[in-house]
Amino acid sequence: MRIPLSWLREYTQLPAGARAEDLMADLVKVGLEEEAVHRPADSISGPVVVGQVLSLVKEPQSNGKTINWCQVRVVPEGQEQTLTGKGIDPSGVQGIVCGAHNFAEGDKVVVTLPGATLPGGFHISARKTYGHVSAGMIASARELGIGEDHDGIIVLSRLGLDPELGTDALALFGLDDEAAEINVTPDRSYCFSIRGIAREYSHSTGTPFTDPATLVTAPSAPEGGYGVVLDDAAPIYNVPGCTRFVARIVRGVDPTRPTPQWMVSRLRLAGVRSISLPVDVSNYVMFELGQPTHCYDLAKLDGDIVVRRAAPGETLETLDGKVRTLDAEDLLITDASGPIGIAGVMGGASTECSDTTTDILIEAANFDPVGIARSRRRHKLPSEASKRFERGVDWHVASVAAQRVVDLLVDLGGGTADDAGTDVGTAPEPARIHLPSGFVAERIGMDFSDELIVRSLGELGADVEPEGEGLRVTPPSWRNDLETKEDLSEEVARLVGYDKIPATLPVAPPGRGYTRAQQQRRRLVQALADAGLTEVLAYPFVSQTANETFGTAEAGAPRPAVRLANPLSEEHGWLRTSILPGLIDTAKRNHGRGFRDLALFEAGLVFLPQDGALGTSSIPPLGARPEEDVLDALYDGLPHQPLHIGAVLTGKDSPEAPNHAPRAWDWADAIDIARLAGEVLGVEIVVSQGAHQAFHPGRAAQLSLRSGETVGYAGELHPKLLAELDMPARSVAVELDADALFAAAADVVVAKHISTFPLATQDVALVVDAGVPADAVKDALREGAGELLEDVSLFDVYTGAGIDEGKKSLAFGLRFRAGDRTLTADEASEARAGAVALAAERFGAVQR
Amino acid sequence: MTAQSVPDPVDEAAVAAAVERAVAAIAAAGDLEGLKAARIAHTGEKSPLALANRAIGSLPKESKAAAGKIVGGARGRVNKAIAERQAVLEAENDARILVEETVDVTAAPRRRRAGARHPLSTLQDRVSDIFVGMGWEIAEGPEVESEWFNFDALNFKPDHPAREMQDTFFVEPPEAHLLLRTHTSPVQVRSMLEREVPIYVLCPGKVFRTDELDATHTPVFHQFEGLAIDKGLSMADLRGTLEHFARQMFGEEAQIRLRPNFFPFTEPSAELDIWHPGAKGGPRWIEWGGCGMVNPNVLRAAGIDPEEYSGFAFGMGIERTLMFRNEVADMHDMIEGDVRFSEHFGMEI
Repeated sequence: MRIPLSWLREYTQLPAGARAEDLMADLVKVGLEEEAVHRPADSISGPVVVGQVLSLVKEPQSNGKTINWCQVRVVPEGQEQTLTGKGIDPSGVQGIVCGAHNFAEGDKVVVTLPGATLPGGFHISARKTYGHVSAGMIASARELGIGEDHDGIIVLSRLGLDPELGTDALALFGLDDEAAEINVTPDRSYCFSIRGIAREYSHSTGTPFTDPATLVTAPSAPEGGYGVVLDDAAPIYNVPGCTRFVARIVRGVDPTRPTPQWMVSRLRLAGVRSISLPVDVSNYVMFELGQPTHCYDLAKLDGDIVVRRAAPGETLETLDGKVRTLDAEDLLITDASGPIGIAGVMGGASTECSDTTTDILIEAANFDPVGIARSRRRHKLPSEASKRFERGVDWHVASVAAQRVVDLLVDLGGGTADDAGTDVGTAPEPARIHLPSGFVAERIGMDFSDELIVRSLGELGADVEPEGEGLRVTPPSWRNDLETKEDLSEEVARLVGYDKIPATLPVAPPGRGYTRAQQQRRRLVQALADAGLTEVLAYPFVSQTANETFGTAEAGAPRPAVRLANPLSEEHGWLRTSILPGLIDTAKRNHGRGFRDLALFEAGLVFLPQDGALGTSSIPPLGARPEEDVLDALYDGLPHQPLHIGAVLTGKDSPEAPNHAPRAWDWADAIDIARLAGEVLGVEIVVSQGAHQAFHPGRAAQLSLRSGETVGYAGELHPKLLAELDMPARSVAVELDADALFAAAADVVVAKHISTFPLATQDVALVVDAGVPADAVKDALREGAGELLEDVSLFDVYTGAGIDEGKKSLAFGLRFRAGDRTLTADEASEARAGAVALAAERFGAVQR
Repeated sequence: MTAQSVPDPVDEAAVAAAVERAVAAIAAAGDLEGLKAARIAHTGEKSPLALANRAIGSLPKESKAAAGKIVGGARGRVNKAIAERQAVLEAENDARILVEETVDVTAAPRRRRAGARHPLSTLQDRVSDIFVGMGWEIAEGPEVESEWFNFDALNFKPDHPAREMQDTFFVEPPEAHLLLRTHTSPVQVRSMLEREVPIYVLCPGKVFRTDELDATHTPVFHQFEGLAIDKGLSMADLRGTLEHFARQMFGEEAQIRLRPNFFPFTEPSAELDIWHPGAKGGPRWIEWGGCGMVNPNVLRAAGIDPEEYSGFAFGMGIERTLMFRNEVADMHDMIEGDVRFSEHFGMEI
C-alpha cells in the first residue's frame, strides 16, 4: 500500500515537514512494515514553471524536420523575472526551440528552465540548436515522468488548467508530493485505505485524526433505485457470496472533463494510472475508503442486476478484452444480457464506461472473501479490488463509498445524482468478544489498568461494555480480523507499544538432551569431516533420469519418486531418491572452478514413496484435534524419508608436495568411508561384491548389516556413466542409509576381556579361485580357528608365477591368544589347522 | 722408523716416550677413521707397546714384574686416551649427522587434509546446543509434509491470503494434499501431538519456498523454530527467552526488538529484530525472524486446552543468521557447495 503524504495529511496531523521516512518510522511501531519511498523530487527538480507561448515561428530544416522557434513568457505580464541563473532571461520571456506541433500561440505550457533536472538525470541548460539559443524546454508528460504521452507537449487548457504564469509546475502536477509504501499483512484489510492508515497513524502518534467516512453523508435507506437481486444458490461454506449491493446513478456526466491534477497525481503516487474521470474517481474512493466500486455505463445495462453463481458453460469478456470461461463457483454480476462482471474481481467489457458515457451506475458491494479469492486464483486476475475483497471490506462503508463516488462525479463531472438509490443485503452479526479481566496482562506478561484497556480498544473503534468479570468488546465493522480475546490482547499491546513488554526467562523442565539418533547423526557427520571430507548441502531437486540411475540398483527397475506439481524447473521436477546426484553436480561445479581433488559428502533426506497412495484425499479442518485414524492417515500418506549419507571422491587424496606422494582416490576409499561410518557408530558393515547400475560392475561393494539388510553401495562409479556426466574417470562414491545404521547400533556395548598372556602369531597363505571373496575366506578362518583366535587380517593377495591361472593366493596373519594361559606352539598350530580346514572345506582353499 | 722402534720394556723413559707418541697421535686423530689408524699403530699387534709387551716374556725372571708394570701402565694410559678421544669424536660425528639431516620444516607437505562441515550445519548445531543447554529438546520431522500439518493445523484458513504468503511447492498430484514444508512449524504441531505438556522444543531443519535463487533468496533453506507450551506463559517469557538466546549467540551486548506483525499461528504476533553492533556499514537493527504467542486454534489442533495452557513460538532463518553474523554477502556461496566456502570455516563458525 502506497500512501501519498498529501492525502494522509487531509485526515491526520501529519507534520508539514514530514517525509515518507518519518511516516514509515511511525507506522512500523504499530505493525506496518516499511517497503519503499516514492519521491518524484528525487528525480525531478526546478525551475519548472507555467509559461505562455507568445509567438511561434515554424522553421523548416534541411533534414526535413520543421522546428518551432517560440517566445514563451514565464512570469505574469508586467512583472520582472525573479529567478536568476545562467540562461534565465531577466525579461521573463524565454526563447525556446520546440519540435512538437500540438500547440499554438497563446497556449499555456510547462517550461523547464535552465537549471532544472528531469527524470533520467537530464539537465536543462541554454544551448545552441537549429541556429538559435534555446533557453529551456517545453515539456511533455513523459519528460516530466507523469505519463507515457510524448507525442506532444502538455497544453494546460486541455487538462482543464489555467494557472497564472510562473506558477511552479512541479506543485501543479503534485511532483512535490511523495508516498510511503508499506507492507500490509493479510489480516489488516482496512490498512489498504487512507482511512485505515490515518487511524493507525493516530494510534502510533497519539495525534487526533478524522475518519473520512464520517465526512460523507449517505442516505441511510435509499429506495426506488435500479433493480438489484441477490440470488446466490450455492454459497461457499454457507456464506452468501454477496452480502450487500449498493447501486447509485449519476446522469449527465460530461465525458470530456479531465480528471483534476490533484487526483491524478495522488493516484499516480498510489500506483495507478489515470484512465478517465469515472474510473479515476472509482479508484480514488477505493484508496481513500478501502471499498472497491465499479462504474457501469447505464445505457448499456439491460434490465435488473442479478448477483448469482455462474451457469455451466457461461463466458464473459472482461475489461482486459479476454473471454473467460466461467466456473460454477464464480459469483457473477449479471443483467438480462447475461454476465457483466466477475463479482469483486473484474468487470465485463459490454457495460464498460467509454468516452461517450454520460449516465453512470455505481456499484459498491460487499463480497465473501473466500469466493473472491478462489475466482481471482482461478482466473489469475489479481486486482486492487480483489486484494481488498479477499481480505474483507467494511460492510458499513459501501453506502458511504457509493455516495463519495456520486459526489465526486457530480462535482468534477458535472453530473446530477438520482435521488433514488438501491441498497440490498444483510449486515453480518458483529463479533462480540468476552475479554476476561486480567487476561491481557496474563498473556502479555505486564500489568495493564482496566482504564488503559478500555481506552485502547475505544481508540480502535470498538464498542466496550462491562460484562461479568471483564468486558464485552464489539470490534468495529472494519476489523474483521478481531475475533478472539487473544486478538484483543495484541491490539492492547500494540497500542501500548511492544517495546514496553518486559523480559522474563521461563525455566524449562529438565530435558533429556539430544536423542540417540541426533547424537549419532552429529557424530557421523563430524567423523566424515574429521576424516578430510567436505560437507555440502545440495538441493534435493533432481531429474527423473538421475533417480532412475542412482535410486535403484537394477537398471530399468521401477523407481517410484515424488514429483513436484510446481517445480522451479521441469527437468529437475523430482525429489531425490539418492543423495548422489546432488553430490555429483556439486563435484562438477567445483571441478569447473579448478578444484580437481575433491572429497565431498552430504547427509540429507531422500524421498522414497512406498506402496500405496501418497497423501490423503482430504484434510481435516483447523482448530480441532483430528481423530486418531485421521491423524494416522496423514502420517501414513507421507513417503518414507530416511536420512542418507553419501560421498563422492575424485582426483587425489592430497596436493602434490615435496616429500609426499599423493594417492588417487579409488574404489577402496569409498568402501573405507562406509567402514569408517560403521565404526564411529559401532555398527559392523558387511562388504560383499555388489551390482548397482551406477557403479563399475567389477568394483562395486554392496554394504549390508550383519542381519543381511542392505544399507548401501560403495565403489567406483560406472565409467560410462562418468563419461556421460562429464565427470573425471575413476571417480568413486558411497551412499548409506544412515537411519538404518543408527537403528542397528547396540544400545549397550558389552566389554571385552583383555588377556595379558603372550601372543602367538601364525601366517597362512591359501590358494583359492580368483572369484572367491577374501572376506569370506577370512570369515571361514575366523570360524574354523575357534575362540583362541584373537584377530585375523589379510596382508597380501598374490597372483602370478607359481599360482595357476584363475587362482589367487591370499596371505593372512592369524593372532592367537588365550584368556587364561600362555598358548603352546602346538595349541596355536592346531587352531591354525582348524582354520585352514574350514577354508578348504568351504572354498577348496589349498595351503601354498 | 725411530717412532716405531720398540722400547726396552724395562726402560721406563723409553716406554713413556712411546706412550707420549701414542697419545699425541690419538689427540691428532681428526675423525673416527684417524683414531682407528692411531689405535692400530699404537695398540695393534705390531705396535711398539705390543711388541714391548711381547718382549717381556724373554726377560730374566727378576725383571719381568717391573717391566710388566711399566708396559701395562703404559698400555692402560694409551687405551684410556683412545677411549676418551673416541667419545669426543663420536659425539662430534653424531652432531654432524643431525646437522646434515636438517630439513626445511616450512616445506612440510599436507598429508592429512582437513575436511570441513558446512557452516549452515555447524550453525544449526550451535543454536541447538544453546537450547539444549536451557533444558529444551530438539524435535525433527519430515520435509515432505501433509498440508494439514503445514497450514491448517497452524490456523491458516483455507482460501485466506495468508496461505499465499509462503510460496509453496506442492507434490503431484495436488489432490493428495502433500507439499514441501514451507517452515518447520509442522514439527511444532507434531511435537504437541506426540509429547506431554509442558513442552519446550527447538525445531531446526530444511524448508522450501518457490523462490528462484538470487543473492538473498533460495528455494531451499534452513530454519530453527522454538515452541514452549506451559501454564501461564506470556509475551514477557517470549521476550526473555529470545533475549537470553540472542546473548548466547551474539554476546552480552545483544539486544532484541519486537514489532507488531501478523502470522496465522500466533496471536499476538511480532517481528523480531536484533541489534547488530558489528554490522557492515555501522550498527543497526536487523530483521531476524518472527514470533508470538501460540494461537489458541493451534493448541486446539493438537488437543491442548488453550484455557489451561499457553505458549510462545519463534522462528529464524539460519541462512539469514549466517549472512549477517558472518558477513556472507551472497546466498550463492551458501548453496553452491564450493569447497572454498566450507573449508574456510572448517569446523568452526
